Amino acid sequence: MKVLIPGALRSYTEKGVAEARGATLDAVLGDLERQYPGIRFRVVDEQDRIRRHIRIFVNGTQVRDIAHPLNGSDEVIIVQALSGG
Amino acid sequence: MALKPQKKTATGKARAPGRVVVLVATRKGAWLYHGDPARRTWRVDGPHFLGHVISHLVLDPRDGRTLLAAAKTGHLGPTIFRSMDLGRTWKEAAKPPAFAKVPEGEKGRSVDHTFWLTPAHANEPKVWYAGTSPQGLFRSSDGGVSWEPFSCINEDPQYRQWMGTVQDGTPDGPKMHSILVDPRDPKHLYFAMSGGGVHESQDGGRTFAPLLKGMEVVEGFGFNVNDPTFHDPHCVRMCPTNPDRLYQQNHCGIYRIDRPSDTWVRIGRSMPAKVGDVGFPLVVHPRDADTAWVLPMDGNTVWPRTSPDGKPAVYVTRNAGKTWQRLDAGLPERQAWLTVKRQAMTADASDPVGLYFGTTSGELWTSRDEGRKWTCLARHLPEIYAVETAQL
Repeated sequence: MKVLIPGALRSYTEKGVAEARGATLDAVLGDLERQYPGIRFRVVDEQDRIRRHIRIFVNGTQVRDIAHPLNGSDEVIIVQALSGG
Repeated sequence: MALKPQKKTATGKARAPGRVVVLVATRKGAWLYHGDPARRTWRVDGPHFLGHVISHLVLDPRDGRTLLAAAKTGHLGPTIFRSMDLGRTWKEAAKPPAFAKVPEGEKGRSVDHTFWLTPAHANEPKVWYAGTSPQGLFRSSDGGVSWEPFSCINEDPQYRQWMGTVQDGTPDGPKMHSILVDPRDPKHLYFAMSGGGVHESQDGGRTFAPLLKGMEVVEGFGFNVNDPTFHDPHCVRMCPTNPDRLYQQNHCGIYRIDRPSDTWVRIGRSMPAKVGDVGFPLVVHPRDADTAWVLPMDGNTVWPRTSPDGKPAVYVTRNAGKTWQRLDAGLPERQAWLTVKRQAMTADASDPVGLYFGTTSGELWTSRDEGRKWTCLARHLPEIYAVETAQL
């Protein structure tokens, strides 16, 4: 499935859209990590919580739990929250 | 006021100077300033990691090549970047510091940022220590490529109680800092916690114990002086030529301890009363254990943490804290409300010693003569978090 990558993470992927597989958001993040080592920890902490200033949307709806199930046609968007400075 | 003459080292020799590079970590990136041999002109190299929050930037003095940057962004999680060519190229750590995952249903901690980096003993060439926010102690044995929790501290129930919660910490999170390694013994370690006190290990980190005797805590609230939770060390330094002597800039003053004594002595009482002895950074002379510099900040009322009365100055003691002398030549004389964070002041190892401090307003100041005269090396930087030097 398509995963839209925010600008802050493109140093890992070198592109704005990545392809990843997985039956859950956790699995997709794991597949991204396999392809782009280091990327997962920048988005999800060691307790498997989505980081405070990161938002993840699946088909336009915000998801807060990485156990969220996915199917192959879903679109995942990782964005930086409108916070910080 | 004239300063006392410098003392020689035990061998009567001063360390051979190398070219100084100043390593500046800021809220929006990192900069390296390469000095000419006279430290009069500086070549700027940067920004590195523009937009990234760089908490600490340290060059390993043991190999002169491994350069580590503790980094995160405003949104992304923390990591460590490594360079082996003075910043020309960088590679991310394969496994940055992270707390252990807790069982389902429990609420575990996550590292917000690595705050402090310390190269380990000379006999452990690739070993580094890291202190994090929230407080955690980590160790790398491969030059910073991968990091593991170190010692019992991170999960020990007693230490977790002493640390308090994130809400008990400084506004930008509680810190583990001032990780010190005894150059005579790699098993002899110290660390400090903002809210948590100073702690010592004699067994390579298997166990740690508080080192609090003689310290004061904030008055008027009935805080238990024997409880590490109420202690707030800002910066602790070990004297390179006398590792039994430590100096400490604490929330409650300036202290010195001479081991094997276990009692700190408040040497800040001899600072001028109008200035006080509150501040963040403290720097020790590389060769003279009686000499240390502090940069006082206003600790009254709401704790402004700016230059007292708007008149910044560094103070030096050359007799281990018996007396202090003001050093402000070249610094702004009025309406200068400077804040310098605990890691943002340092010394080089040249003779005479060069001093450097960076402000939260983005100015980098230097003195080539141990503080007698100051000049502004750089302005208009982002908020400066840490300043270190290396000799190349």
